[in-house]
Amino acid sequence: MSSGKGQEKVYDMIILGGGPAGLTAAIYGGRANLEILIVEHMMSGGEIASTDKLDNYPGFPEGITGSEFGQLLEQHALRFGAEMISASIDVIDTGGEIKKVSTSKGDYYGRTIVIATGTAPGLLGVPGEETLRGKGISFCATCDGFFFRDKKIAVIGGGDSAVKEAIYLTRFASEIVLIHRRNKLRAVPALQNQILQNPKVSFLWDTVVTEFRGDQALTTLATKNLKDSTVGELYVDGAFLYVGRIPNTGFLKGLEVDGQGYIITSEEMETSIPGVFAAGDVRRKYLRQVITAASDGAIAAMMAVRYLE
Amino acid sequence: MTGKPFDISDKDFDGEVLGSSEPVLVDFWAPWCGPCKMVAPVLEELAGDYEGRLKVVKVNVDENAGTASRYSIMSIPTMMLFKNGDAVETIVGFRKKEDLSGIIDKNL
Repeated sequence: MSSGKGQEKVYDMIILGGGPAGLTAAIYGGRANLEILIVEHMMSGGEIASTDKLDNYPGFPEGITGSEFGQLLEQHALRFGAEMISASIDVIDTGGEIKKVSTSKGDYYGRTIVIATGTAPGLLGVPGEETLRGKGISFCATCDGFFFRDKKIAVIGGGDSAVKEAIYLTRFASEIVLIHRRNKLRAVPALQNQILQNPKVSFLWDTVVTEFRGDQALTTLATKNLKDSTVGELYVDGAFLYVGRIPNTGFLKGLEVDGQGYIITSEEMETSIPGVFAAGDVRRKYLRQVITAASDGAIAAMMAVRYLE
Repeated sequence: MTGKPFDISDKDFDGEVLGSSEPVLVDFWAPWCGPCKMVAPVLEELAGDYEGRLKVVKVNVDENAGTASRYSIMSIPTMMLFKNGDAVETIVGFRKKEDLSGIIDKNL
C-alpha cells in the first residue's frame, strides 16, 4: 500500500511507543496488511517490562514477568510484519495528509499515527531528588532492589505500583518504610492485604518527603506530617519513588490534551486531528492497565484501517 | 583493539580498565534488569563505531559484587567512562546512542 512521496517511504501507520498499546495496534494493523513502523525509545513492553510480575492479565494464571511479557508482545507484533526502530521522538507534524515523525534516527512518514507513548515516573520536585538519583533514589525496583540487600529503604507512594514494588523489595531489604501522603492506601485490596501483613513493612501515614539528603549517597529523608505539620528525619539507604505518572506528550503540538497533558480521544481512540489516534496510558481515561492499553491499541488500529479505506 | 563489548570480572577489572591505554566504557548490568537489555545493542554499536579508540566492557554486578560496590553502584544500568585509570563520567540509566556518543566524544 505504500507509495513514495519523493524518495521517502510512506508507512500506512507509524506507532509511537512499543508498550502493550502500541504493540497490540501493530498486531491488529499487521493482520489488516498495513505497512507499519513502531518507534520505541527504550524497551519493548514499555513500563510493564520493568515490573517483576504481571499478575492480572487474563490467560497467565501464574502471572508472567514483565520483561518476558514485553518480549512476547514484540515477537507477536513482528510476526505480522511490523518494522521496529529504536529511537526517541523529537516532534510530529500532523498538518498534512502525510504525517511526519521526526526522530533521533531521522524523519519517517505515515498516513496515520498511533500515539502510544505512555507515561514517565512522576517526581516530587524536592531538593536532592535529581542529584541523588541512582545514588540511593530509584524508580525501578527490579533493577535496583538487589543493591539494597539487608538495608533499610523507603518506598514513597500509596497506589498499586508503590505497594506492589514494596512487596517485591521485601525480598531484599531488611526493613521498608512506606511513606504515603494520605492515611490509607489507594492500592487494590489484594495488594493491601499482602503489604499490611508483611512484618518487614512499617508505614508513615499523612507524610510527605521534603528533601533527600546525602553526600555520596542518600542517607536521610526529611519528612513532614501533613496533619500536624511536625517535621522529622528518616535514615535510609535507599528510596523508591512511585508518586504518580506524567504523560509522555512533550513532542506533541496542536493536539487536544487535558490539564495534566493526557490526550483526549473519542471512545474510538480518535484525537482532535484526523488520522491521529492515541492509545494506552497516554490517553485520558479511568483505568490504566496492560489490558486496557491492549484494548485501546486494537481499537486504534482498526480505526486507522477504516480511516485509510 | 576490539569492535565488540566483552565481559570482564572483578579479577580482570584493574588490568582491563584501570590499566588500559585507551579509554574504557564500563557497563554495569545484570540479567534480571529490563532496561539493561536495551543498553546492550547500543553498546554493540558504540563498540563498532569507536573501534580502536574506545574499549567497551560489561560487568555483571550479580557475579562481580566487588567491583560494583567499589564504585558504589546502586542503580543499573550504570555506565562509567574511564580514562588513564580515572573515572571521568558516570551515567545512570538508559541513554540514547547519540547522548552516549556525545559524552564519549567530549572525553576522547
